[in-house]
Amino acid sequence: MAVGDLWRLQRRVPMRKLDFVDEASLRSDLPDFRPGDTVKVHVKVTEGTRSRIQVFQGVVLARAGDGLRETFTVRKVSFGTGVERRFPLHSPIIDKIEVVSRGDVRRAKLYYLRERRGKAAKIREKRETS
Amino acid sequence: MSTAVNGLLGTKLGMTQIWDENNRVVPVTVVKAGPCVVTQVRTPEQDGYSAVQMGYGQIDPRKVNKPMAGHFAKAGVTPRRHLVEVRTDEATEVTLGQEFDVTLFEPGAKVDVTGTTKGKGYAGVMKRHGFSGLRASHGVQRKHRSPGSIGGCATPGRVFKGLRMAGRMGGERQTTMNLTVERVDAENGVLLIRGAIPGSDGSVVFVRNARKGAQ
Repeated sequence: MAVGDLWRLQRRVPMRKLDFVDEASLRSDLPDFRPGDTVKVHVKVTEGTRSRIQVFQGVVLARAGDGLRETFTVRKVSFGTGVERRFPLHSPIIDKIEVVSRGDVRRAKLYYLRERRGKAAKIREKRETS
Repeated sequence: MSTAVNGLLGTKLGMTQIWDENNRVVPVTVVKAGPCVVTQVRTPEQDGYSAVQMGYGQIDPRKVNKPMAGHFAKAGVTPRRHLVEVRTDEATEVTLGQEFDVTLFEPGAKVDVTGTTKGKGYAGVMKRHGFSGLRASHGVQRKHRSPGSIGGCATPGRVFKGLRMAGRMGGERQTTMNLTVERVDAENGVLLIRGAIPGSDGSVVFVRNARKGAQ
């Protein structure tokens, strides 16, 4: 055991001191999804006094951060133009997230998709082996 | 709720984020404030001014020296680690041993937070005073972060007092004013204050009602 470990044990300070504050904002209703998956994000949009749901469907490029600060990036190609949107994972503007398909990818960050067009930007679907 | 006391000692726990009613992210500092116990009431007759002295934080009773132990015994409270005085005209409304906690503050209230800033060590003029330094090229050699000229030649023949130079930075008392209290969590005794406050996590801070600025 390293000296630092012992010191940490003796202090008995929780590693994440603010969990008791964050847990009020954390959401537990979100599905498990990974980079490469295609998701539908149902976003609450407020226009004046009216509120409606808008769906943003695309490929998850990355998940970044952890805990309450975690965000994820969704990319879609709209009329030939790439559109990316980054959502805070626990944001209340997200009504729900639907996983459309699971992707078979080898990296955690799929930024290389930005340089690809058409068929090259396609992600293979993960084959379930259960 | 008493208006006699308008400040609390607390511990800065760290920063996180919450969402407001418009679903926008608000950066907040979590401060564990109070409970503060009244250890002495200062009156004009006895002390020449009116104030309330409060104690905060646990301390091993063996570490308290005899004069301080006597001071706490006089107030009839267990020894605390930190003491603070709040000037108030209504000090007589407060009794010894009375406790104050975060319910002193309401969400939306403006507060001033005083603490000791993080020590930066011996810092140069660019970091310490925001000087621009010298150029990166055009003949500047090994002096890119230096202050440049510090004064004249034979007149005045000396460097003026108070000229800003390199030196110790940070580790000094600082008050950040007019911060908004976003949430008050009475159960855990914490305040969520919008924005950053002085000091490192775990340092002691003093939170009080804002003294200046529009309400």
